[in-house]
Amino acid sequence: MYYFYVISNARKCSITLQRRTVAPEPAAEPPSLDRSAVEREPVDLEEEEELPLKYGAKHVIMLFVPVTLCMVVVVATIKSVSFYTEKNGQQLIYTPFTEDTDTVGERLLNSVLNTIIMISVIVVMTIFLVVLYKYRCYKFIHGWLILSSLMMLFWFSFMYLGEVFKTYNLAMDYPTVAMIIWNFGVVGMICIHWKGPLQLQQAYLIAISALMALVFIKYLPEWSAWVILGAISVYDLVAVLCPKGPLRMLVETAQERNEPIFPALIYSSAMIWMVGMANPARHAEPTNQDTGSSDEEAHRSEGSALARDWVEPETQVSSGMNRSYSTEDDLDEEDRGVKLGLGDFIFYSVLVGKAAATGGDWNTTLACFVAILIGLCLTLLLLAIFKKALPALPISITFGLVFYFSTDNLVRPFMDNLAAHQFYI
Amino acid sequence: MTAAVFFGCAFIAFGPAFSLFIFTIAKDPLRVIILIAGAFFWLVSLLLSSLVWFIATKATNAQDLTLQKNLLIFGSIFSVILQEVFRFGYYRLLRKANEGLAAISEEDGPPLSVREMAYVAGLGFGIMSGAFSMINTLSDSLGPGTVGMFGDSQYYFITSALMTLALTMLHTFWGVVFFEGCERKRWWVIAVVLCVHLMVFSLSLLNPFYVGSILPVYAIMLLMAVWAFFSSGGSLHNITLLWTCRKSNAETSS
Repeated sequence: MYYFYVISNARKCSITLQRRTVAPEPAAEPPSLDRSAVEREPVDLEEEEELPLKYGAKHVIMLFVPVTLCMVVVVATIKSVSFYTEKNGQQLIYTPFTEDTDTVGERLLNSVLNTIIMISVIVVMTIFLVVLYKYRCYKFIHGWLILSSLMMLFWFSFMYLGEVFKTYNLAMDYPTVAMIIWNFGVVGMICIHWKGPLQLQQAYLIAISALMALVFIKYLPEWSAWVILGAISVYDLVAVLCPKGPLRMLVETAQERNEPIFPALIYSSAMIWMVGMANPARHAEPTNQDTGSSDEEAHRSEGSALARDWVEPETQVSSGMNRSYSTEDDLDEEDRGVKLGLGDFIFYSVLVGKAAATGGDWNTTLACFVAILIGLCLTLLLLAIFKKALPALPISITFGLVFYFSTDNLVRPFMDNLAAHQFYI
Repeated sequence: MTAAVFFGCAFIAFGPAFSLFIFTIAKDPLRVIILIAGAFFWLVSLLLSSLVWFIATKATNAQDLTLQKNLLIFGSIFSVILQEVFRFGYYRLLRKANEGLAAISEEDGPPLSVREMAYVAGLGFGIMSGAFSMINTLSDSLGPGTVGMFGDSQYYFITSALMTLALTMLHTFWGVVFFEGCERKRWWVIAVVLCVHLMVFSLSLLNPFYVGSILPVYAIMLLMAVWAFFSSGGSLHNITLLWTCRKSNAETSS
């Protein structure tokens, strides 16, 4: 049970938010400048100022929809399948301290210790990945990611299917289940690691994030989960914004090498990719470097590259990174896409799922949902203003946590009383 | 309580708001964002008012039921006032954002007119208010139970759904009227909206005397609908054009 965590642990929440554009640029421009860079290189200032506004709202919605879908899947599962809310004393190896203690102080201490261990594991994994990326051990990362996604797509979904059948008391035979899981898993691996329709890739990424979030909700103890959520948003902030943060170093390394970073493990809303995005799989270059959990990122990068190939089969790829700009001139502004790391999906869903699991109050769940969406909106607004990679966790998780605790403790009794008397404010 | 009750009450309470969302808001990303931000503002106002109520209850004797009920009423009145304050705050925020968008956009004028924003903001407030009032009741209606076992009214679910619908629509109309009043610097409109909101809340105090609460609330809703229609530029001429199915340059919002 714990084995797969060695592989797929660590922070899946990568750099999270990048703004990329495929704005057409003169071919004379050296390739090191634009596409592969994380930042958007504007063509001219006017266009740049207007474009965030022109495309800001659309891209916010392009992220709202998958985040909402992921949260809906997690909340629906939590409310119906009781397996994910049962605590049977089993905990992850990364949170060894139990919360069945005698005093509140001890429980708090244990949860803080659990958080410290979990965050250290994540930091270590991230740094390990940065080191691997720096020394170009692409094959190792690639293998790690494939193994991880195998685990997610086959084992976790088999468990999930089993629990759903148990909940609804459906009789099922093993050959049918084997066929279902086999097809689901293989199509998922193909979509994520190789070629596939964009929407199917997006669907698989949402499914994987939801599965991962459910596992976290089940195996993280109560208080530890909340402290971990808080700590991980602080870590995200530090890792992305500090000059020596691992994620920032990753971004800068990728920029120096003119490679796109984190193509996998990142949900992308755009159909068409920037120049310099991952090459077709035959180059076997894992254009994704993920800081934390492996598979999704790698898969995403392959997926994204392939999505592009799928969209434009005649693209000429001169070198690994360059691309003829002429095709891009024909692209309209739809190619501008926003990307969000899968770790963000996972932690947003963990927050909303835990709000749904504890107490069963729908008002709290709804409040957390709205808070997270508004946080995401603000993050995207900041992205439009600053135009560089930003952490997507801090604002949303802060809002989510504030709204969870205040709605659960303050608003819930108020609204319950009002509903009991049928007063309408 | 059956699935029929659940679906019936769900559609009564949320049907119109949901259809309005699907037909007028879902297509435009900017409207969706303004809707969700409106919901957020309502939520924040509710949070602050429940904080005040919570402090008041904790500071007093929990056993004294009349006192608790009075505190609840006081908390609700404070919440109504705070909701209108936040509506005004949201208006100011939207005006600022709109000016920013207008200045930078290459089209002439802002991407969303104030009337559209008024409608969307009002609907955001309404949806969130309705959801918070009704969702827990709806989820309870799916489970086992007997309505009115201790002598309460049998019609709890349907009346809740009807009141929720009225509140949602009322918030939408108040949004339209409020923003229009602020635009035209008619500050008495704000006072009137606040008074009507308080009146609706006071009528709900009459529950479970539903004849005294639901009928007047719906009457007020119709009056507000008419006011909102005329305030957003509608006229009898437009209505006649509508009925005769002729195209017109009606400037009714949304």
